[in-house]
Amino acid sequence: METSRDDFVIAIRSAFLKKGTQQRFSLLGLIFFSIIFLILGSLNFKAINYIKIAINEVVYRSSFIVSGPENFLKDNYLKAQNHFNLYKEYEKNKSELTTLRSKDLLNEFIVNENKKLKNIVEDYVIESDTILAKVLSDKGSPFLKSTIINKGSKHKVNLGMVAMDGEYLIGKVIEVNYLSSRVLLLSDLNSKIPVTVEPNGIQSILSGTGKDYGIIQYSKKDEIIENQSIIYTSGAGGLFKAGIPVGRLNINYLNEEKKVTFFSDFSQLKFVKIYSYISSEAK
Amino acid sequence: MTELRNKNFIRKILSQIPLILLFLSVLNNFDFNYLGLKYFSFNFSYILIFYYSLKKNESLGYIYIFIAGLFSDVVIGTPIGLSSLMYLILCGAAAYLRNITLRPSLIKDCIFFLITILIVNSLLFIILNFIFNYQLEYFDQIINIICTFLLYFLFSNLFDFFENYFVGRTNAG
Repeated sequence: METSRDDFVIAIRSAFLKKGTQQRFSLLGLIFFSIIFLILGSLNFKAINYIKIAINEVVYRSSFIVSGPENFLKDNYLKAQNHFNLYKEYEKNKSELTTLRSKDLLNEFIVNENKKLKNIVEDYVIESDTILAKVLSDKGSPFLKSTIINKGSKHKVNLGMVAMDGEYLIGKVIEVNYLSSRVLLLSDLNSKIPVTVEPNGIQSILSGTGKDYGIIQYSKKDEIIENQSIIYTSGAGGLFKAGIPVGRLNINYLNEEKKVTFFSDFSQLKFVKIYSYISSEAK
Repeated sequence: MTELRNKNFIRKILSQIPLILLFLSVLNNFDFNYLGLKYFSFNFSYILIFYYSLKKNESLGYIYIFIAGLFSDVVIGTPIGLSSLMYLILCGAAAYLRNITLRPSLIKDCIFFLITILIVNSLLFIILNFIFNYQLEYFDQIINIICTFLLYFLFSNLFDFFENYFVGRTNAG
């Protein structure tokens, strides 16, 4: 019994303390070093933050280059898939275009009327200058659904700014480096934004799931939420402007799960627009 | 003479392949996510680090593994130092197994690997969830662990093949 305990201790000591051939540091030393890194990083220690920013800049660029071949394959695979669906898409687009043309005439009038009304209630209507950013990396890790963009504090990107794909909301900036930033996508498990479910105007919270869809949370059960409703930002909290389209609701009547399919395909992002919204009065 | 030098050069490059693979895997984070398979994700870095720490200790220096961990944290977005810690624990477990093993067998390695990744992922989950307040999907973690464990068989044989036929055995494995 005594001998087996000794063997265990010797094996552990040898594994963690002994430096092998071509090993300059012992394992235990490096483990301590990473724990110190972790603790100081969580305490926002300045030196660690500078190291982190430097690593970020190098790694984001390297990751973009290294991902090149994989992205090339992915793009070609999707391109081929699109070619197969071309005729079907054309027919669908043709019918949609006819409908949209008729709606467009009405839309212009409503937009102008809306602007006037928002000015009266001093809502968030004025956008900052648009910053167009290229997506460097969109690694969907099990931990974080985020994308890296090639604009940072040098280009006046700030924490909390809104990221859009065309007219659709995709997320917000959660990390800013000098030449790059990280955008937390709406699909991330930690993303929660206030939304309005239209046409009934129900206020709710859209939560990310870590998958490619979101779910509607915290709405009362007796409220009538229609299937295929459109989800817009509600503007509550002041971060987002009200009325930015987010996605479409699909209710699963078996388990009462309210899934939101995002209008933007987060795996296909190439360029994103970064804004911040300020009230007309503040401007 | 030149041929001999060329052969040595190629061998040197080939012996660095694990290191190159490690950095490519952390920078590219390749786990076939884009295929959109619902129940498939694995951690290639874990397999690579465990295998090479166990079989060819000199191929991957601990300091490189530490740096790869920092890179991984930046790419994934986890608190800096966390992946390094997990990678180094994995190295420690592999080194312990190496020390106590007299007759290596793939099955034993795999079982030990499974236990190690269960511990490492539990630790990761605890740190992320309770200290840093990250929300993680428990089910995804389980899928990741199972796929990583199952793919260890495949990659272990592939690495064996690579080491035997391309690099050549330089020490007892």
